[in-house]
Amino acid sequence: MPFARLFPLSLLSLASLLSAPVFADDVQVAVAANFTAPLQAIAAAFEQDTGHHVVASPGATGQLYAQINNGAPYEVFLSADDTTPAKLESEGATVKGSRFTYAIGTLALWSPKDGYVDDKGQVLKGDTYQHLAIANPKTAPYGLAATQVLDHLKLTQATQSKRVEGQNITQAFQFVQTGNAELGFVALSQVYKDGKITSGSAWQVPQALYDPIRQDAVVLNKGKDNAAAKAFVEYLRGAKAAQVIRSYGYALDAATH
Amino acid sequence: MPPLIDLSPSDLAALWLTLKLASVTTLLLLLVGVPMAWWLAFTRSRWRSVASAVVALPLVLPPTVIGFYLLLLMGPHGWVGQFTTWLGLGTLVFTFAGLVVGSALYSLPFVVQPLQNAFQAMGQRPLEAAATLGASPMDRFFTVALPLAKPGLLTATVLGFAHTVGEFGVVLMIGGNIPDKTRVVSVQLFDHVEAMAYPQAHGLAAVMVVFSFAVLWLLYRKRTEPLGGC
Repeated sequence: MPFARLFPLSLLSLASLLSAPVFADDVQVAVAANFTAPLQAIAAAFEQDTGHHVVASPGATGQLYAQINNGAPYEVFLSADDTTPAKLESEGATVKGSRFTYAIGTLALWSPKDGYVDDKGQVLKGDTYQHLAIANPKTAPYGLAATQVLDHLKLTQATQSKRVEGQNITQAFQFVQTGNAELGFVALSQVYKDGKITSGSAWQVPQALYDPIRQDAVVLNKGKDNAAAKAFVEYLRGAKAAQVIRSYGYALDAATH
Repeated sequence: MPPLIDLSPSDLAALWLTLKLASVTTLLLLLVGVPMAWWLAFTRSRWRSVASAVVALPLVLPPTVIGFYLLLLMGPHGWVGQFTTWLGLGTLVFTFAGLVVGSALYSLPFVVQPLQNAFQAMGQRPLEAAATLGASPMDRFFTVALPLAKPGLLTATVLGFAHTVGEFGVVLMIGGNIPDKTRVVSVQLFDHVEAMAYPQAHGLAAVMVVFSFAVLWLLYRKRTEPLGGC
């Protein structure tokens, strides 16, 4: 019977699929949407240097948290904040001592129009705009930071009726990019590449005006015995990754790098 | 003892806004959908199949994708946005009117298709009979066609309403989460989940499910005739 003869063959091919060389493993990384692009760049270098393969699942931090809590197969979690990884740690879902700050977000006030946003953010005080986009402060760290900046500048009241909220920082950026909001608080990483603003005009908000947006990484229980997960986290703390992270407009934590 | 379900004022505002949005959208859809369905049911135009396909398109595209293109089209650089600005209305993104337009587009097939099926099932014969008895076109429509198409009309209303209540992606993309203007229940619920405020999320979800079930059950209970085909 052909099937009987084929069966061992198919088993063999299945086995060869499953037993990829031990030194080239997959690592499943859940990543906050704002860090997707730098992660891709880091993953490409990581794969070249180590042979391990990064499988990235971008998402909103709150969603990823819910998925992790309900058995998602992620091994490393790159959060958009520092509270969610800490929460997971306190719930026993992470490898002890694996938590660290991999990047510090920078907030920018941005408009796609050249020369519209000045380098002190004075435009906020004027009346030339109808809509100011921010990320949802209840759920997005960049949104919370934006409200802190407005508080510091005593503009919370004045901008209240102009505020439109994106569900996350990507959507806040979309509102501005499509011209529906004249300007908005975005992540510098969204409008910054290789040391300069990619288009339009922006004010890099001074760190003193908002609490640091610490983005923490953690190794999850599912990645405990995966050498690739360990290697990836090491790589993320290394000099090559640091260079990529900085080139996307993030600051680095001195304790990590 | 604390209340079983604790709704905050902003939850209640979102519920109210959702009811308002679903009602206005359903009304608008019936006004637009009845003539459209009528035309689709009886026309012999070769554009019929094209128009049917266009009406069904919102079923295919993911809501957030529809929302994203509405954001582009209705914004200051899109032609819809430029048209509404020319009319003196400004752009519709971030407004209640914008949500009505988006929701109507998104729920269109759910209203047009049951109506079209009902009109087709009825056919031309009752209308012709009424005409021979001397009924004017208006008479024929209001006293013959609409009563005969009632099950389809009911289905269209229920589906249009329910689909708008449950709408999320389009509103998310063009709403801007503004309290009392664009923050509907689905977005508020998503906010709670994202903020890991699960008790509030469960409370609001429970209210939504119970309310929707009650409305649907009441409507279906009233109807004894079989579906108008859908």
